[in-house]
Amino acid sequence: MIRFALAGLAANKVRSGLTMLGVLIGVASVILLLAVGNGSSAAVKNSITALGTNSLTVSSGAGGGARTASTVKKLTVEDARALADQANAPDVKSVAPVVTTSAAAVYGDISYTPGQVIGTYPAYFETANQKIATGDYFSNDDVLNSRKVAVIGSTTAKQVFDSEDPIGKKISLGGTPFTVVGVLATKGATGFNDPDDVVIAPLPTVQNAFTGFGSVSQILVQATSADTTTAAQSEITQILMGTHQLTDPSKLDFRVSNQTSLLSARESTSQTFTVLLGAVAAISLLVGGIGITNIMLVTVTERTREIGIRKALGAPKAVILGQFLTESTLLSVLGAGLGVAVGIIGSHFSVVGIKPVVIPSSVFGAFGIAVAIGLFFGSYPANRAASLRPIDALRHE
Amino acid sequence: MARRSRKPQPAAAVTPAGPPPPVIRVRGLTKSYGHGDATVHALRGPEDPVDGSPLGVDLDIEQGDFVAVMGSSGSGKSTLMNILGCLDVPTTGRYLLDGTDVGHLDEQQLSLVRNRKIGFIFQSFNLVPRTTAMAQVELPLAYAGVRAAERRRRAEAALALVGLADRADHKPNELSGGQQQRVAVARALVTAPAMLLADEPTGNLDSRSTEEVLAIIDGLNATGRTVVLITHENEVASHAKRVLRLVDGQIVSDLRQGPVDGPPPVLAARQSATRQAGQLIGGAR
Ligand SMILES: Nc1ncnc2c1ncn2[C@@H]1O[C@H](COP(=O)(O)OP(=O)(O)OP(=O)(O)O)[C@@H](O)[C@H]1O
Ligand SMILES: [Mg+2]
Repeated sequence: MIRFALAGLAANKVRSGLTMLGVLIGVASVILLLAVGNGSSAAVKNSITALGTNSLTVSSGAGGGARTASTVKKLTVEDARALADQANAPDVKSVAPVVTTSAAAVYGDISYTPGQVIGTYPAYFETANQKIATGDYFSNDDVLNSRKVAVIGSTTAKQVFDSEDPIGKKISLGGTPFTVVGVLATKGATGFNDPDDVVIAPLPTVQNAFTGFGSVSQILVQATSADTTTAAQSEITQILMGTHQLTDPSKLDFRVSNQTSLLSARESTSQTFTVLLGAVAAISLLVGGIGITNIMLVTVTERTREIGIRKALGAPKAVILGQFLTESTLLSVLGAGLGVAVGIIGSHFSVVGIKPVVIPSSVFGAFGIAVAIGLFFGSYPANRAASLRPIDALRHE
Repeated sequence: MARRSRKPQPAAAVTPAGPPPPVIRVRGLTKSYGHGDATVHALRGPEDPVDGSPLGVDLDIEQGDFVAVMGSSGSGKSTLMNILGCLDVPTTGRYLLDGTDVGHLDEQQLSLVRNRKIGFIFQSFNLVPRTTAMAQVELPLAYAGVRAAERRRRAEAALALVGLADRADHKPNELSGGQQQRVAVARALVTAPAMLLADEPTGNLDSRSTEEVLAIIDGLNATGRTVVLITHENEVASHAKRVLRLVDGQIVSDLRQGPVDGPPPVLAARQSATRQAGQLIGGAR
């Protein structure tokens, strides 16, 4: 029976090939697009765990949408010092005020502008989950003495030093010479920005060279554990309301955000993205299925006379039905099988910085749906033709 | 479709008294197309003397007979033949094939009957497109569940019988009309059916091809097969032992030209060849 079906398909190679291509594209795109969506949400999930779940970010600006605080006080190092007070904030483990700026790093005749130049305290490294790969962190002593030292991210290291060992080398940042003391471990891009393209230096050094000693852009706070982040959050709010002389908790000039909530928002965005991609893929699968239906309808109609001849020769209905069903199933199985192969091979290449992660159920789902479509829509025309009286089939024009 | 013969037939009523029962027994057979005023009675038989309604066609064909059906275009020859070949069902009446009422058979059994008992040759050849002559001839055997090697052997023999052994790998579009019809004949006889039905088998052929095909059919009848063929040509009808004439769905004449249990008249005429009819099949002129 498979032989009959193969012969039937071979009789019209171009048409069979095109139908198979339709199914192939449908199945492959379902697998690939879902893998891309899944890959991007996996990347977001990774960066959540990478950031640590017990870190909090205090940034200046009104919270809760109420921009009515009469004067917006910027965050200062004094604010950070107040937060570090163990008596008032028992759930806070460490505090790191952060200033960010941008400057070109010059080394020899290489000039490169890293994504961010950050001035902060050593506590930043643990809070932001930045690990050192070679060299060392800068110390509290470096901060107190405003030493011109810097820790650089792996991307920056590669851009500026290429294969050279950066440790101990001097780079010039906006005219100020900094000694590189450490290189951070690679965190990997999340698809949106590169966390490895940074230069981190002691806060007072950066303030001195670039931003001045006024305000800081953020204060990074680490809670004692993931469970105490909520408590730490309210302690921070209390303390900063005090230092900023605010009485109405609905009119704040700062914002305390929790990394987890920030990232789960981003995760849900990427989930929407996955659903969207899935919908596009499902449509292409449906189009492939309609292709099979169409081909089977044309094939069966075109071959009604042939069916009449076969019935006149004594072919039982089941054999005729079987032949056409085998043909359409073969078409869809071959098409879907090739589609799975293409989808899985395709998912080894990263798309716009996202490494696709194949969802196994999407492979089985897409394959199953394609085969089911072939069977279902193939059986209707085949059954209609096989039920004809031989003479009616023979008279078919 | 509803058929009139609802009563099951007791076997005793079916089997006639005489020793060879007719392979084909048709009673009160009618076939009409369309409804109301537009109704076409393709088969009607004589009219009822009382109310003028069609009584239907009655016909018996003995085992081993060679019947030619003649009549003008539209007289219902093909309609009758299609019913005899179990390709179509009558509007009313009964058709007993080898004593079995075909009207009582289900789809499955009908396909068995078509496969085992009947070899049908169409006016328009009706070969399966894009399929080699060998595969065409193997087809009925495949449906009968014959094994591949045996199938091939028998198909080769059948093709050799019609003189097309060297054309086994040709597809229908690579064969002449006469060769196509001979492939169709080989396909009809490969299952060794008891009955060969041919609807104008020579209608599309030139006189030479006609002779070739008729020689094969003569030979088959000489070996005991029942043959019913439709023709417009007297020359073809002269090969038959019995000639029926149809007019407007009615049998108007029934002429016997030779005995049922003898060789077909053309072979009989060639005295010398009579005794070796079997060998003659392949080497007709
Ligand atoms: N499927 C059909 N629907 C309607 N009328 C039909 C159908 N088949 C046959 N007829 C009618 O039945 C009548 C008998 O047709 P049939 O084919 O039996 O003629 P025929 O004797 O074989 O003629 P020919 O010698 O031309 O082949 C014709 O009048 C034809 O129009
Ligand atoms: Mg006809």
